[in-house]
Amino acid sequence: MKRLLTLLGLAFLPVLVLGVFFVLPVSGMLGEGLWSSGRFAPGAAWEVLQRPRVLRVLWFTVWVASAATAVTLLLGIPTAYALHRLRIPGRGALRAAFLVPFVLPTIVVGIAFEQLVRSPALEPLGLDGSPVTIIAAMVFFNLAVVVRTVGSAWEALDPRPGEAAAALGASPWQVFTTATLPALRGSIVSAASVVFLFCSTAFGVVLVLGGLRYATVETEIYLLTTNLYDLPGAAALCILQLVVVTVLLALAHRTRSAPAPVARRRVAPTRVTAYDVPALLLAALGLLLVAVPIGTLVAGALRVDGSWSLANFRALDTVGTDSLVDVSVTQALLNSLRTAVDATWISLLIGGLVAVIVTRRSHSPAEHRLRGLLDGFFMLPLGVSAVTLGFGFMITLDHPPVDLRDSPMLVPMAQALVAMPLVVRTLVPVLAGIDDRQRQAAYSLGASPLRALVTVDLAVVWKPLLAAAGFAFAISLGEFGATSFLARIDHPTLPVLIYRLLGSPGQHNYGMALAASVVLALATAAVMFLVERLRVPGVGGF
Amino acid sequence: MLSLTSVRVTYGHAVAVDDVSLELAEGQVLAVLGPSGCGKSTLLRAVAGLERLSAGTVSYDGSDLAGVPTHKRGFALMFQDGQLFGHRSVGDNVAYPLRIRRRSRTEIAQRVEELLELVGLAGFAERVPATLSGGERQRVALARALAVEPRLLLLDEPLSALDKSLRERLALDLREILTRAGTTALLVTHDHEEAFAVADRMALMRAGQLVQDGALVDVWEHPVDAEAAKFLGYPTVLSGDAARVVLRAAGIDSAGQVAMRRSALQVREDGPLTGAVLSSRVTPDAVRLEVDVPGVGVVAAVTSDGVGAPSPGADVHLGVDRDRLAVVPDAGSSPRFP
Repeated sequence: MKRLLTLLGLAFLPVLVLGVFFVLPVSGMLGEGLWSSGRFAPGAAWEVLQRPRVLRVLWFTVWVASAATAVTLLLGIPTAYALHRLRIPGRGALRAAFLVPFVLPTIVVGIAFEQLVRSPALEPLGLDGSPVTIIAAMVFFNLAVVVRTVGSAWEALDPRPGEAAAALGASPWQVFTTATLPALRGSIVSAASVVFLFCSTAFGVVLVLGGLRYATVETEIYLLTTNLYDLPGAAALCILQLVVVTVLLALAHRTRSAPAPVARRRVAPTRVTAYDVPALLLAALGLLLVAVPIGTLVAGALRVDGSWSLANFRALDTVGTDSLVDVSVTQALLNSLRTAVDATWISLLIGGLVAVIVTRRSHSPAEHRLRGLLDGFFMLPLGVSAVTLGFGFMITLDHPPVDLRDSPMLVPMAQALVAMPLVVRTLVPVLAGIDDRQRQAAYSLGASPLRALVTVDLAVVWKPLLAAAGFAFAISLGEFGATSFLARIDHPTLPVLIYRLLGSPGQHNYGMALAASVVLALATAAVMFLVERLRVPGVGGF
Repeated sequence: MLSLTSVRVTYGHAVAVDDVSLELAEGQVLAVLGPSGCGKSTLLRAVAGLERLSAGTVSYDGSDLAGVPTHKRGFALMFQDGQLFGHRSVGDNVAYPLRIRRRSRTEIAQRVEELLELVGLAGFAERVPATLSGGERQRVALARALAVEPRLLLLDEPLSALDKSLRERLALDLREILTRAGTTALLVTHDHEEAFAVADRMALMRAGQLVQDGALVDVWEHPVDAEAAKFLGYPTVLSGDAARVVLRAAGIDSAGQVAMRRSALQVREDGPLTGAVLSSRVTPDAVRLEVDVPGVGVVAAVTSDGVGAPSPGADVHLGVDRDRLAVVPDAGSSPRFP
């Protein structure tokens, strides 16, 4: 009974927070979409989904995400091989280079690609505003997922089945298709499903590159809400997104929970041979795709009127030449940092409690049932995209019972919910890995539960906790999906300000947007660099 | 014919295989015997083309294999744990090397059936490797390795992962299968029984170097030094005065150390040695004794047929069986290849 009460006590705060900031917005959204003037009318939502434009948006979302996933795999698998299995000079630096895009804020990636396709070299191809650019940006963004997931599996892969195949006469390609690929299938499918999920819910990138012409479900929700004020339409799309994301996540989870039995071992990288040339070429192509947009972005920020200049950076503490952007970039950066600090502690507090609750062992059937219920409840936020969450916040938390319209905590709260699943996923494996008998040993030696928590749990968990904090901070800094709905006009975060600068005419504003993107990228990259230095296994393992 | 000339394999600064030269004639089975970590597996992998030589050559029928990748060497390698492909059925595993070589469907089917028959697993084609016992898995691995009649079969501790009784049975089967198929094979193992059961020739390896090489009987009867004798399965090696006493009792006019099997000393009324029994233990084969022989020390002995177990404290006469001991050259005076 006492244990049950402790569990309920621990669960109180997370349940309350999720209740107010997740269940309420989502049910508000469902209400907006499925009820009209007090009556249950799902027909309206169904009609929204049959509009020609919505059908086009749906189709566009699916094919663009599929194409981007395919290309990401095509480039990512050879890259994973080259960087994790071959003895290549500068492997460490190259691996880090491939990780950079993933930590860049989506809005920055969007701008980098826009800058790239507008460059004199690529201008004649007419890629500006074309789906090809959107796909390229998605690939750029997600290569890290494939390289990291497949690469770490490949690195730990037992080489002997491949050697056995080679000794039986299989050529390197046959070894790959008959021995290596089946062993990697689990990690590839898992990476592919995550990439597809990321691509189909991409927001910032599509918003910047697609404009009004090409929209995915996510950007369409935003456009319907902010440009057309069609809230029931947006809600209908949100419901669709909720269902699709939940299904995709369930699929991704299933592939993850059944990994190929792989013997964990360190394998020394092998020499490069002539057979590795195709893989190396594809990896080089991947590297090019990663390096060029970043280079163009930085170069663009440093050029004013055709000559090198720091003017764009000097302009960062001035306001733009438009009434929409009467906040300076430095001010917005300060806003972002303050918001990120709040979002980080909230996500750590709630995520940490959730992780502790779901990893403790149950002692009675009642406790087991309760824990199972909580476990399921805490998984719910995984199923919403940031845009859906932002939309839900916007339509429900601006009137009683919970009126937070002007609260400075609204944006941090939304960002904390976006970052929370990652915090939980970082902490749970670590906490679950602690043998309960360690705690029992501490108790038996006279430690109080709190003392045991410090000596046993905290000793193991502090590094992952720090890493999770860094992650949450970086996510919050770059968060655009939910924030774009919620940021107050006079109080934008940096990504929101960048988007506004982009939307404002004038070379000066564009240059400032580029410079601000560089600043934002540097800020998140610095945080991620520190996280990476902690070397917590599994962090960022998606 | 496989020839290795001054083969050397290094990992960074560590030398795994050092100046090894070997020859293996067609149709023969050579066992490389050595303790774990002696470099024997590395040697095998070097022959397979999985390790790069830092010096020396591996050649087959006179042609240097230096630039030839593993899959073009025409060898087959069988791993300690078989390394069957878990996602393929037994039949598909055996068919694998045949499919790679694009043999016809009917030929593959026929050959798979033949091979499974050969290794005593007829009718197992549809099974999944995970449902097989360790011994069955090794048989499948063997069938797979033999499928395309490799010009050289490389076996890496093929039986070590199995329990003792299974190992003994499978060793004999392996020998029979290899001789029936006329396969040239190179086997590495740390188990002298496995080597004796399967091979025609034996090479002893220690710390990356070859210490002895020859026909099975020659190696067994003339271990190159005390350590080799112990590794070949002689439990006791006597040296100095103790060795002299035993050799004189055996009527051997030779100096050096003496390696003795447990049954080298037998209780006999007319035995030239005398000692006090310290302990006796009845085993299925014989009564095993520990006897303290003056001038020799505590040694193992057995009773011969028809002699009852003497009780501890009793004095017994011991005879020496010349077939159950080997003279080992004294340390320092041993030629490398006797």
